[in-house]
Amino acid sequence: MLFGPAFRRFGLIRDQIHFLGNYSLAIIAVSGLFVGFVFGLQGYYTLQRYGSSEALGLLVTLTLVRELGPVVTALLFAGRAGTSLTAEIGLMKAGEQISVMEMMAVDPVQRVLAPRFWAGVIVMPLLAAVFSATGIIGGWVVGVLMIGVDAGSFWSQIQGGVDVWQDVGNGLIKSVVFGFTVTFVALLQGFEAQATPEGVSKATTRTVVMASLAVLGLDFILTAMMFSL
Amino acid sequence: MDSSFPDPLVELRDLSFGYGERVILDGVSLMVPRGKVTALMGTSGSGKTTILRLIGGQNRAQKGELRLYGPDGFQDVGTLNQEQLYAARRRMGMLFQFGALFADLSVFENVAFPLREHTTLPEGMVRDIVLMKLNAVGLRGARHLMPSEISGGMARRVALARAIALDPELVMYDEPFSGLDPISVGTAARLIRQLNDSMGLTSIFVSHELEETFSIADHVIILANGKVAAQGRPQDVRQSDDPLVSQYVHARPDGPVQFHYPGPSVEQDFGAAPAPLVPPSGQWT
Repeated sequence: MLFGPAFRRFGLIRDQIHFLGNYSLAIIAVSGLFVGFVFGLQGYYTLQRYGSSEALGLLVTLTLVRELGPVVTALLFAGRAGTSLTAEIGLMKAGEQISVMEMMAVDPVQRVLAPRFWAGVIVMPLLAAVFSATGIIGGWVVGVLMIGVDAGSFWSQIQGGVDVWQDVGNGLIKSVVFGFTVTFVALLQGFEAQATPEGVSKATTRTVVMASLAVLGLDFILTAMMFSL
Repeated sequence: MDSSFPDPLVELRDLSFGYGERVILDGVSLMVPRGKVTALMGTSGSGKTTILRLIGGQNRAQKGELRLYGPDGFQDVGTLNQEQLYAARRRMGMLFQFGALFADLSVFENVAFPLREHTTLPEGMVRDIVLMKLNAVGLRGARHLMPSEISGGMARRVALARAIALDPELVMYDEPFSGLDPISVGTAARLIRQLNDSMGLTSIFVSHELEETFSIADHVIILANGKVAAQGRPQDVRQSDDPLVSQYVHARPDGPVQFHYPGPSVEQDFGAAPAPLVPPSGQWT
C-alpha cells in the first residue's frame, strides 16, 4: 500500500520533501555546526597529547560521516519532523479528515501516509549530509581558525583518509534505514492515535521515545554488521 | 416496514450492531426511499450516526443485511471487499457533523479534492464544476478562504459542496444543524431540500431539530433503545400514540425516556445511612 501508487503522483512526495526537509534544515545545520565546534575542541585536546593534531580534520569527518551525522540527524528529525507528522495525522483523524477521505473512496494510506513516508526516507540522507558538512565546517572553524591547526593538513588528511564507499557509503545506508524507521514510527503512531487531544499527545510522545530508541538500537546493529564486513 | 415508499435506495433488514457487549442496533429494519429526504431521529446514543456509518461501510453489521440498490439489483454493503466498497462509496456523499474540511486546503481545493482524486478532468472544467457546487451552497465568493477563516455553518456548506462534487446518488448528513444559529439552520435545511430536488438525490440526515426536520423530510424514522420506534410520513409520526415517539416529538422531559439516570432513591442518598458513591455491583438496580 505504501509502494507504487504514491510514486505515480510525485508532486505529493515533492511537497512533503519540502515540508519535512526544508523546515528541518535550520535545526540540522545549526546543530551540525555546534557538534563540529565541540569536536574541534575535544578532538584537538585528545590528538595533541599524541602529537597528531593535524589529524583533527580526519577525526571530525570520520566521526560525523560514519556515526554522528546519521544518528544525531535521525534523533533531531524524530523530534522536529516525526512529532509534526504524528500530530498532523492524529489531528486529521480527530477532525474526521481521515474518515471523510475514506468516505470519498480515497485510500488515506496511499493519499496521506505514503507520500509522507517516502519523503522522510528521501530527506533523511540529505539532512544527514548537511549535518556532516556543517559539522566539518564547525571543526575547521575551531581547529584551523581558532586553535591554529594547519589548514593544509586538516583538509589533506580528510581527502586521503575518508573512503567514499566504506565511510560515506556506510553513513548513507544508516541514514536511509533511520529515515525509514523514524518516518514509519511517526506515521504509525499518528494513524493509530486515539482521536482525542490526550490520544494525540500520547502518540507524539511515543513517536519520540520509540523512534529514538529504535535509531540507537539499529545503529549498534548496523555498525556491528558494517565492521564485520 | 413502511409501504408508502415502494422504491428503496437503501434498506436495512433485521440488522444488529454493537461495540463489544454494548448493543447499539438490535434487529433494525428500515428503508431509505429513492429520491426522497429521510430524517433519522432519536435519543442520543440510539444509533443514528451508526446507521450512516453502516451505510457507508465504515462499520460492518454483526447480523442482518444492508442493501444498497443499483441498476443491477442490490449489494449487501456489509459483505463488500475494499474495491467494491470504494466503488459503492463513489455513489455516496457524506457530510460529517463538523464538516471535516481539510485544514491545509482552501475552500476551492477542498471541493476540488474528490474531482482531482477520481477524475482526469482538465483544470478549466474542475474550476467550473467547483464554482458551480460552491454557487449551489452560496459560497462561490468564499473560494479563496481557508477553513480557519470561515464559520462553522459555512464550513458545513463547503463540506456539502464537496460531498456533491461527484454528483452522488445518496447524500448522508450527520447532524447538519447542530451548533448552528437559527438563520444557518434554516439555510441548511433549505439547502438539503433544494439540492435533493434539483439534483435528483436521495438524502438521509440525522437531526434533533424537530421543526426544521419535519418541515423538509418526506420520511421520518425514530430510533429508540436500538430499535425503530416509528417510521413513516412526518404527519403520521407526529400523530403517533406510541408513548416514546410522543415524548420525543413533543420534547417532553419525562416519559419512557427518563430524566434521571438510574441510581439510589433521594431518600437513600440523603437519609441517615447514605448510599455509597460507587454501586457495589457495578450498576444500580
